Formats: sequence, structure tokens, C-alpha cells
Amino acid sequence: MKIRIALASLVALGIVGPACAQEAGITNDVEQGHRSADMRKPFIRATRWRRGAPPRFCADRLELKMSLVFTLASRNLFQDRLRFVASLIGIVLSVVLVMVQMGLYFGFGRMVTTMIDHASTDLWIVARGAKCFEDLSIINMARRNRLLAIDSVAEVIPVIVGFSAWMLPEGGMTPVFVVGSDVATGALPPWNIVEGTAQSLTASGAVAIDRAYRDRLGVADVGASAEIRGMPVTVGAVTDGIRSFTTTPYVFTDLEDARSYIGLPANLVSHMLVRLKHGADIENVRQDILANVTDVQALTPAEFRERSRSFWLFGTGAGAALVAGAILSIIVGTAVVAQTLYSGTKEHLYEFAALRAVGASNSYIYKVIISQALLSAVIGFAIAALIGIVVVELTARSALPVVISPALMAELFLLTVVMCIVSAIAAIMRVVRVDPAIVLTQ
Amino acid sequence: MTDPVIEVLNVSKVLGVGPSRVQALKGVSVTLRRGELTVLMGPSGSGKTTLLSILGCMLAPTDGTVRVCGIPTGGAGPEELAAIRREHIGFVFQSYHLFGTLTAEENVRLALDVRGDGRNHAIAKTREVLASVGLTGKTASFPRQLSGGEQQRVAIARAIVADPSAILADEPTAALDAANGHAIMTILSTIAKKRSRAVLVVTHDPRLFGFADRIVHIEDGLLTREEIPAREARAGAPTSS
Repeated sequence: MKIRIALASLVALGIVGPACAQEAGITNDVEQGHRSADMRKPFIRATRWRRGAPPRFCADRLELKMSLVFTLASRNLFQDRLRFVASLIGIVLSVVLVMVQMGLYFGFGRMVTTMIDHASTDLWIVARGAKCFEDLSIINMARRNRLLAIDSVAEVIPVIVGFSAWMLPEGGMTPVFVVGSDVATGALPPWNIVEGTAQSLTASGAVAIDRAYRDRLGVADVGASAEIRGMPVTVGAVTDGIRSFTTTPYVFTDLEDARSYIGLPANLVSHMLVRLKHGADIENVRQDILANVTDVQALTPAEFRERSRSFWLFGTGAGAALVAGAILSIIVGTAVVAQTLYSGTKEHLYEFAALRAVGASNSYIYKVIISQALLSAVIGFAIAALIGIVVVELTARSALPVVISPALMAELFLLTVVMCIVSAIAAIMRVVRVDPAIVLTQ
Repeated sequence: MTDPVIEVLNVSKVLGVGPSRVQALKGVSVTLRRGELTVLMGPSGSGKTTLLSILGCMLAPTDGTVRVCGIPTGGAGPEELAAIRREHIGFVFQSYHLFGTLTAEENVRLALDVRGDGRNHAIAKTREVLASVGLTGKTASFPRQLSGGEQQRVAIARAIVADPSAILADEPTAALDAANGHAIMTILSTIAKKRSRAVLVVTHDPRLFGFADRIVHIEDGLLTREEIPAREARAGAPTSS
């Protein structure tokens, strides 16, 4: 019954021809729904069914409304399958390359700000000129009191970061990046904890590591022991997915332990996190900080994030290389699609000349060729998107995941469409320049 | 005498430049009228195709005047000429020039689609015209599935479906056997008479003279002779309704 209702609806919309519906015994519904459906061209095959009989395949029963421009474009496109496949490969390769490059770009951008993203603060106080979270700059602890003296400041939480040496149980060492803060404040605790608790880090010598680095650090579970710079440490918590883009494992610990592991004097810290009182105006506080505390910068999380991304992506050239790769991919893809569209159009040149001879306007010709380009774009993008989703899944737990957001996917679709339309320009130029009189000489 | 559909007056056309410069037409005047099938006859290189191109608004003359349904075409750009062709002229080509990827019905409907006609109206009109050229059962066939004669009928259907005032046919029977050629000429003659259209057929084939209301001879870019065959000589041609 549901199937019959659905079919009647399709007929009413003019998508399905009446024959199929009549065989399903819904003649009256069909008559109400369709307008001159007998005129519609049989287009695709569909299942049909009889009362009490199982569905069977029938030809010429399902009819699909499609503009003649689109029909012509799609049939011309699919006529030479080899050329169409070559064109699709060009589009897919190009889009996948752009997708991966941009996915790496955004993945890298996300990785370099992961600590900033997970910090609970209103303002970051960093040493003047500090480029990123990992910057080994220092701030005198005396600044903390000046910050606390500002009216709207509720809390100032010191953070110490820096490289240290993790001594492996079986001998040897590996570098680690220590992140230390007052765990009780919850300002920059480890997240995604899968074993142990963040509170365990308040105990002296307790650290949190990510399970991705367990083998590398030579420790298995909570309670395992190792040494940092000759000082004994115990694994108090294990996290999941806190990967470092530098490949150096993050080790979370309490502030004073971090100071010991890094060897930072008691009067120095790396950054400070400022929490404001309820209702405080962040911009006013920032002005107060700049007026009262020297040699530091007060950045909102968004500003610090942007500064870090800018440094790692463009200061190091890594992002520029990814963007350049993406641009090259677009150029290559455009060239491949342009070549295939052009050669396909050239093959039908006399037919297009005949179309011009019967009075087709330039815009009609544009529609045919752009429809071909758009069709290529949609099919090519669909395949590329599937590949992209697989790549995202495969790299999700790697040190540098490919991150493709819905927005990026939408932008890439638009890019693919634009790329294919640009590719159609050469073909369009060729056709609109064709002299319709050539059909009289052939 | 019926209204002129296409008139060319003192038309000259120079093709090429420098050493390859050729004067293809030298002051030609000809008028195509409703209800009349005109045969344009001439040897290769005589200027037939050039004249056909000018009559069909596909080529602009170097000198002279062209009027289609009273509209002068001088100074018209490619898009304006396309609009004139779309509204007033139908073409039948020697090599048919059908889209191989479209069915017979779709090829014919194309001539209405370029005019922006509605889909349902276009389909109805197309089927009616295909039936009139004897292709009722072939509407869903692709050109490769049709014989040469059937393809030429599709081309004729495409030429007449938009009800143009003039049909210009370039060697429409050249690729066909005698029987198919006769059938095609019968259709064209019927179009001229029963639909009251101006039909011009360019041909080398003297067997087609029997269908002509008027025969125009062209040689070396000049119209050398114009003759009106005797009524009894018009073998196979249908009588005017």
C-alpha cells in the first residue's frame, strides 16, 4: 500500500509515467496526478509490480523529466566512456589532493592549538614576542601579583612548559614536552583521561601520558614508574588522543614538578592564565594589564590560537607548502578537465554547428557545455568526497590527522564546480566561434 | 504571386584574402516565395553553398541586401542572425547533422528547445511532425538505428517543427538511393505546397527537377538562368491543396 501511495505521488509530481502506476492498479490516482504523461520519453527502467505478484523489472515504465540541454550534455559526456573516466580521474585526483592538503592544513592548524583549545581561561599572559604555546619564553612570577592587583582579575594561574628528558626503564632517553599547571584549578588539566584521574597529578611525581606514547615511553599503565631528568615519576593518568604535532610526547604534571623536570628557577614561569570576575569587560582588563604589567602580552584564546597557527603554518613554511600544493592540484585538475571537455566538444563540433545553424543562441550552447562540466563536477566530487572520508578515518588517530569539516567539504564542492566551469571556457570559446556554415561544406 | 520570404538583392561575396581571394557571388538576386519549391542548380564551385549560406543568414554578404520575412539582415550580429534562423528558417543538411546521442524525437525537439518552447507542447508538436514524415514508430530510435532516408526525414522534421517560413535543403538526396531520394523530395514538395512554405533545394541531381516550381541555375557566382518547368513535367510532385 505504501509503495502504491509513493508511486501515485511520483506520478502526481510528473516524475513517473502512468503505465507503471496503472499496472499497480492505481489508475484513478494517476489520472488525477499526471498531465499528458504519455508525452514523456521513457528514460529509465524501474521495477513494476502487479497485485499479488512480486516486483519485476520493466522497461519504459519509469519516466524522468529532464531538460533537453541536460539530456544532451549527459549523453555527450557519457558517450565516450574512456574520455569520461579520464576526466573523472583528473577531477577526483585533483579534488582528493586539494582535500588532503587542506585537510592536513586544518588538521595541523588544530593540532598546534590543542593546548590553547583545552585551556580554561579568559586571557593568556605570554612573554612579549612569544609566538606560540610551545615557545620557551619566560615571565617573572612577580608579574602575577601585579595581575592579581587588577580589579577585575579573579585568578592568575601559572603554566610551565618545556622540553625535558624521559629516561626509559631499559636505559636510554627520549624527549618529552612537559606541561605543568596547578591541577586543582582545572585551568590546563589533561583531557580524554582513559585511566586514572587528573586529581592524581597533585601527588608529587605523578604524570599523565597519552596511551599512543606508552611504548615509546616504556610504560604500560597507571602506576608504572620512570624518570624525568633523573627524578622518579609515576604514571597517574593515561589519556587518549592527545597527540603532539612535533611528535614529542606531552607529559602533564603539577606546576612545581614541571619546574623541576624542566629546570626552571622558582621565580619564572612560561605563561599565565587569567580568569576574570563575572561581568568583567575583557577589553578593559586587557588595557589595565598592558598599563600595569610590563614585558607581557595579554591575548584572548582566539588571538593566541591565531598567533600560534600563523607561526606554525606560515612562520615555518609548512602551511605555505600545503596551500601551494593545493593550488597546484587545482591547476592540474583544471587543465585535465579542460582538455577532456575541449576534446569532447571538438568531436561534436559539427553537431554544435548544426545547433548554431538551427538558431541556438550562445547561452543555449553555454548551458550544454556547462551542464557537462557540472555533471563532471558532481560525479567527480562525490567520488573524491568518499575517498576523503576514508582518508579522514584512516588518519584520525595519527600524529597529523586530516581534518575535513562540513564547511571545508562545502567549500571544496564549490571549488570543484568553479574548477569545472573554468575548464569549460576553452570548449565554450571553441563552439561559439564555430561558423554554422561549416555544416554546409561537410 | 505570393509574399517573398527571403530576398537577396545584388548580393556579392568575396571569400579569402590576398592570393586566395575569390569572388564567390557577383551581384546575385533571388527571391524565395511561399508555396514554392525552388531548385538551385550549379556545378561545384559555382557559388551554390555561398548563396545558401547567405540565404540562411549564416554568412553576411560583402555587398547587397538580404531580407528575411521583410527584416533586413545587414549589420545584424551573430546572435541576431541566430534569432532570425530560429524563427524563420529551417535547414536540411546533406549529412543530416543529427546528434548521435539523442533520439529522433529529441533531435527534432531540439529545434523547439532552442526557441524556449514548453516541454509538453514541444513533445506533442515533435510527435506530430515525425508522424507527418512517416516516422511514428521511430521516435525513440537513435540516428545509428535509422537508415539514411529515415535520418533525413528526422532532419526534415527538425527543419519544419518550428514552422519556419523557409526551408533550405542542401543536397538533401545526395546520400540516398533513388527511392529514398524521391520520398524526401515528395515530403519537401508537400511542405512547400500544403504548409505554404518557401523551400529551396540545392542539388546536382537533374532527377529532382520534376519537383521544382522554379529552377535557378548558378555558374561562376552568377545566376545564369531561371526556368519554370511545365506543370506536366513535375513528376511525382504533389498538387497544391
